Amino acid sequence: MTQPELPVIDGPNCPLPIHNRGTIVLGHGSGGQMTHDLIRDVFHSRLSNAILNASNDAAKIPETPSGKRLVVSTDAHIVTPLFFAGGDIGRLAVCGTVNDVATLGAEPHYLTATFILEEGFAIHELELIVDSFADACHEAGVELIAADTKVTEKGKSDKLFISTTGFGWAESRLQIGGEQAKPGDAVIISGPVGNHGIAVAEARGNLGFSSQVCSDIAPLNHMVKALLDANLDVHVLRDPTRGGLATTLVEIARQSKVNIQLDEENIPVDKPVRKTCELLGLDPLYLANEGKLILILPAEQAEQALQVMHNSRYGGKAKLIGKVLEQSKGQVWLKTPFGTTRVLEMLAGEMLPRIC
Amino acid sequence: MIETPTNLRDASLTKAIMAEIRRITTQAWNIMEICGGQTHAIMQYGLDQLLPPEITLIHGPGCPVCVTSLQAIEQGLQIALQPEVIFTTFGDMLRVPGNQADLFTARSQGADVRVVYSPLDCLRISHENPGKQVVFFAIGFETTAPIIASTILSAQKLGITNYSILPANVLVPPAMHAILSNPANRVQGFLAAGHVCAVMGYHEYLQIAEQYQIPIVVTGFEPVDLVTGILMTIQQLEAGQHEVANAYPRFVTEAGNIVAQQMILQVFEPVDRQWRGIGHIPLSGLGLRPEFARFNALTRFELAPTPLNESSLCIAGKVLSGVAKPLDCPAFGKDCTPSHPLGAPMVSSEGACAAYYRYHRINE
Repeated sequence: MTQPELPVIDGPNCPLPIHNRGTIVLGHGSGGQMTHDLIRDVFHSRLSNAILNASNDAAKIPETPSGKRLVVSTDAHIVTPLFFAGGDIGRLAVCGTVNDVATLGAEPHYLTATFILEEGFAIHELELIVDSFADACHEAGVELIAADTKVTEKGKSDKLFISTTGFGWAESRLQIGGEQAKPGDAVIISGPVGNHGIAVAEARGNLGFSSQVCSDIAPLNHMVKALLDANLDVHVLRDPTRGGLATTLVEIARQSKVNIQLDEENIPVDKPVRKTCELLGLDPLYLANEGKLILILPAEQAEQALQVMHNSRYGGKAKLIGKVLEQSKGQVWLKTPFGTTRVLEMLAGEMLPRIC
Repeated sequence: MIETPTNLRDASLTKAIMAEIRRITTQAWNIMEICGGQTHAIMQYGLDQLLPPEITLIHGPGCPVCVTSLQAIEQGLQIALQPEVIFTTFGDMLRVPGNQADLFTARSQGADVRVVYSPLDCLRISHENPGKQVVFFAIGFETTAPIIASTILSAQKLGITNYSILPANVLVPPAMHAILSNPANRVQGFLAAGHVCAVMGYHEYLQIAEQYQIPIVVTGFEPVDLVTGILMTIQQLEAGQHEVANAYPRFVTEAGNIVAQQMILQVFEPVDRQWRGIGHIPLSGLGLRPEFARFNALTRFELAPTPLNESSLCIAGKVLSGVAKPLDCPAFGKDCTPSHPLGAPMVSSEGACAAYYRYHRINE
């Protein structure tokens, strides 16, 4: 004879607070235990260093070495979607700011960051992004020394915004800037343009086909250091992000009050990027890049600069694309393969595909 | 993806054809390229700079966003701002100014305005948003009409009830008639739009060439296509001929794409239409046939009539009909720029004014 099975009683069923939530809730922004747990589990575990670990309300930056000066840049990163071929918002938030600091000839060392999280954002996605943020910091050789998280109600932000500020030191004697282009200088680009713009458009589902294009997001500071270590007389460094190569060169031309002439045939554009642009009526010269460097320096140093870039990780396809002409109000001219010339303008607004 | 044969961009071949153009040209000729895509390509490659000074290219009305009427844009803005609407459009329509606002403004006011690359995307959006009304701004020439027609036919077949279009398609041949019958007309030869002819063929042009004694050459979009089209037009002009010729035979036949034409005929019928900057042209647009009237957004939404105020500075009409060049406009590059367009030709990169601004502007 078998015993009848008794129902199992668990005892008083008191609802315990959920500890391991899969998504961001408003409590993560309370400043209390949930905030601390999130910071410990997601951020500290990946981004630990002596300055950050001091866990004070502010971080002390070590003294600036003599003969150098502090260079700062700040940038807010918003991208839809957060993940795309070749990168994500975490890598973007590090590289974007590192590259901006590097374009004044500085070696970036430290970052601060604010992560604005939307209620309901998946924590495993946040972890992937912070992983990628940490990898990019490691690759660039920078440390996150202060950070903040905030949580907004659902609908008040969009999943995740990251704002970063970068600090670096530049030799005080350096005079690098958009206003330094001189007649006779050479204009060099570190590689093919337009890849980031196409990769993000594709991730948004805007292409309707697979372009096989990856974003070029990369930290450029090591390439900049190599150029400076080679004692090149660098006049301008700039990363052509939003607005693309054309808009950035127009900015430089106006800042330096010079005309710049580009040779269309020499501007590197990867074939899938070119084909996608032709299909959609886009212009690769106006598409965003996140891992390209414009270098302007005396023409007689162009060959040496190209060699240095070709030997660096992200400059293998660097090319001489043009030259700085005479002093003027600042126009960029594109010489076509037909021997004709046209003026390049800044991107007017959002880049819109043509209808046919 | 379709590969563009690289020899169609061959600089030495292009220059050789240009040399032939120079050799045979004995007097001044005005040639209109109808299509905005051709204007864009001519400017992009700087082909106009290579032409002998006797040859003037006049940029025609073939930019679909430029000629879409102010009324249609105002209607689009009103529809887009309805709370239950997802308004879909080709990208460069977003910046075309209405009276006060453009679709970017509507978007900033909360309208759900989405850029689609193909009207077929609208059916997916309709399916994914059963509680919303999806409206497509149906602009373009005979090139976009077949695929728009196919969305209507599919919506009917699939029983999709939350999709409609704001019909604004226009037709090329009536515009050519309008240009040629204008007493101020300067056009002596046409480069016909290759894409339009790929759909429609070129049999419609035989009568135009005959009636107005004007050569019409079907022309493509690559540098070699364009200079070949120009050469063939000048050959006729110099010989006093007025034939329809085909310089784009790799895509265009006289009959065109019959299946696409049947789709257009099944869904649309010719209607009178207002062209922005040009005016009223009889039977120059495509309206939905009565049996598809339920797919007309204008019957689904109650719209308030709006006064239509065009900028008094803008000479878009003269530019689009070839009577004036963008540089003739007092507002060009000053009050009117791509960032602040007064008229539609400054908006789309196919628009004559924007193409001039981008590619042709000499020192300010």
